Amino acid sequence: MKVIIGQGSCGIASGAKKTEAEFKKQIKDKKVKAEVGITGCVGMCYLEPIVDVYEDNGECTRYVRVQPENVEAIVDSHLKDGKVVEELVVKDEDAAFLEQQQRVVLRNAGIIDPENIEEYIATGGYEAIAKVLKEMTPEDVIEEIKVSGLRGRGGAGFPTWFKWNAALQNKADIKYAVCNADEGDPGAFMDRSVLEGDPHSLIEGMIIGGYAMEAQQGVVYCRAEYPLAIKRLDKAIKDARAKGFLGKNIFGSGFNYDIMIKAGAGAFVCGEETALIASLEGERGMPRLKPPFPAAKGFWQKPTNINNVETWANVPWIITNGGEAFAAMGKGPSKGTKVFALAGKIKKGGLAEVPMGMPIKDVIFGIGGGIKNDKKVKGVQMGGPSGGCVPAELFDTPVTYEDITKTGAIVGSGGMIVMDEDTCMVDMSRFFLDFTKKESCGKCNYCRIGTKRMLEILERITKGEGKDGDIELLEELAGKIKDGAMCGLGQTAPNPVLTTLKYFRNEYEDHIYNHKCTAKSCKALIKYEITDKCKGCTLCSKKCPVGAITGEVKGQHVIDQTKCVKCGRCMENCNFGAITVE
Amino acid sequence: MSEQKCDCGNRSQQFKELAPVLKEYAKVPGSLITILQNAQEIYGYLSPDLINYISEETGIRPAKIYGVATFYAQFRMEPVGKYLIMLCKGTACHVNGSDMIEESVCEHLGIQDGETTEDGIFTLNNVACLGCCSLAPVMMVQSADGDETYGNLTKDSVKDILDEIRKNA
Repeated sequence: MKVIIGQGSCGIASGAKKTEAEFKKQIKDKKVKAEVGITGCVGMCYLEPIVDVYEDNGECTRYVRVQPENVEAIVDSHLKDGKVVEELVVKDEDAAFLEQQQRVVLRNAGIIDPENIEEYIATGGYEAIAKVLKEMTPEDVIEEIKVSGLRGRGGAGFPTWFKWNAALQNKADIKYAVCNADEGDPGAFMDRSVLEGDPHSLIEGMIIGGYAMEAQQGVVYCRAEYPLAIKRLDKAIKDARAKGFLGKNIFGSGFNYDIMIKAGAGAFVCGEETALIASLEGERGMPRLKPPFPAAKGFWQKPTNINNVETWANVPWIITNGGEAFAAMGKGPSKGTKVFALAGKIKKGGLAEVPMGMPIKDVIFGIGGGIKNDKKVKGVQMGGPSGGCVPAELFDTPVTYEDITKTGAIVGSGGMIVMDEDTCMVDMSRFFLDFTKKESCGKCNYCRIGTKRMLEILERITKGEGKDGDIELLEELAGKIKDGAMCGLGQTAPNPVLTTLKYFRNEYEDHIYNHKCTAKSCKALIKYEITDKCKGCTLCSKKCPVGAITGEVKGQHVIDQTKCVKCGRCMENCNFGAITVE
Repeated sequence: MSEQKCDCGNRSQQFKELAPVLKEYAKVPGSLITILQNAQEIYGYLSPDLINYISEETGIRPAKIYGVATFYAQFRMEPVGKYLIMLCKGTACHVNGSDMIEESVCEHLGIQDGETTEDGIFTLNNVACLGCCSLAPVMMVQSADGDETYGNLTKDSVKDILDEIRKNA
């Protein structure tokens, strides 16, 4: 019998290490015959820690939210007596989270042990590269990728075969295949999940790509905020090297290729490929003008091709199953599947991989289970700070590059941050501009100064000091920044403002002209008050951090508005619903 | 004016833990960020002395090292407390109230983003995204004992967590 504990970052953050330690202790103390192992994140992050118990015949029982105190029951009942602990088993409605997905990139995530190369090989791993090296020319590989219709999963959606072909056509003594694992979009975590849960699929994809463009060196640029991902990837590379999948004369084909890791140091702009290359070279990560494109002059001025983690991880599957099988999934020119990171005000937060073309509402309500506390949904932010907000009335939009772009947002790297009636859209814009302002590298005036000015206006509006003409000024600045910035960061920075202005203009107007924040989120525009439902229990006055609430025991309390810092603690703690916010 | 002596010899003594890193990377082009990451991991932050030492060993001008170090969010020029609180300010955390959590932390510890408590126990750093979005709001606490991540924070739970850490500090 095997006990497999999900140990992605999210599992560990939910206490998986403690659960694992408890299993090991109990199994040892009680002399039970069972092995304890690990796996990556299966994507049901909201149910972590997840424990899978495999019988010797391969049958699997999935337990969810297993804290150390639940371990004893599982060991005593299931491991010893073979009786499943029903109350801890994943519920049907939660199991449906996975059943509605179609998994290509995440095919092994949450199933195999990412630190054990044998488990990857057992799933058919490294067969694709064997096939490529024995039977295919670089041109054949590129043709197969062309047939598959695979496009960049990092944001831009550029056809992968085209980039590979450009790198192949540029002859040089050395070429580089780079993986962009600098998942900088706050709210997206599918790359982390692949790196932590199935690093070998990325490595195999990079070897195949390296062969197709006749590169000798692969480089993974991974963000420093993902220490576990770097650790697992490093081990995977060493194991692959030991097996002869990396290094000289791979599979006796004469193809030499190796991969190294470079840790990023925290800069969103390094997702832009020329900035990424500057960072790889140990410089400040500032973009430069294109052309020359990296395919001609990239890392150390040599032909370089950069793809994102998810793109690379698709490659072995495409080679094994054929480009046509991949192209059979999806809609129109958006082929295959896409992983979406569901977060924000959603019931079931986690990773969902679906065929492209599924309507947004099926992802959010079907898989994601709808909105936390059954509040009213307002929209979803797609594509992070470079993307935009898709309002709830457009939730029938299929998730394809083309359809999402039409709404003003982008598919981006696949982050979906769900927002409900309590989310203020002006504040969201302010949040994103605050982010892009900080992350602007400062090279282009429009981006450096323009984002700052836009932020100042948005801060003014959320503070209730908005002026007539602010909206028009925002629109003017947005257009100028889009035109005047050199790289993707600046060109897309105004998108969150433009989409919220397009779909939620009334919220901006309410803030400016009526001094009202309908989401009751902007502190300067709200006011807490105690109604006559107050029983005088004094709890709120005890909880108030600034002593703004006074009143007699059993008498109605009052908030001193000059002292109130609007933290909302009184309302959260009131047992009688006597505190309102306007 | 007092007599100035070259302290190069002292520096290599002062930063002897960095020697293996410099041996491996000092002459490898493009390794500056890697060297700085290792240096920060050993010494906690990049002091002017440390930057000068790296400059001497690599031949890269101090101004350039400073330029690279200040470009990236990861590098610090000031010492940090025993526990580094990395408070996630990513989108999912923002939507789920990370501003409130920050307020609560600031109020409880009496420090702002980037500052260290007087007793040297805690430093607060806001970070872009920890990638644990489904547990939002989230913070990671880094110390010599390793990293610990805390999810689904509330204004009150975060205070309890910090009190617990301080008790065991």
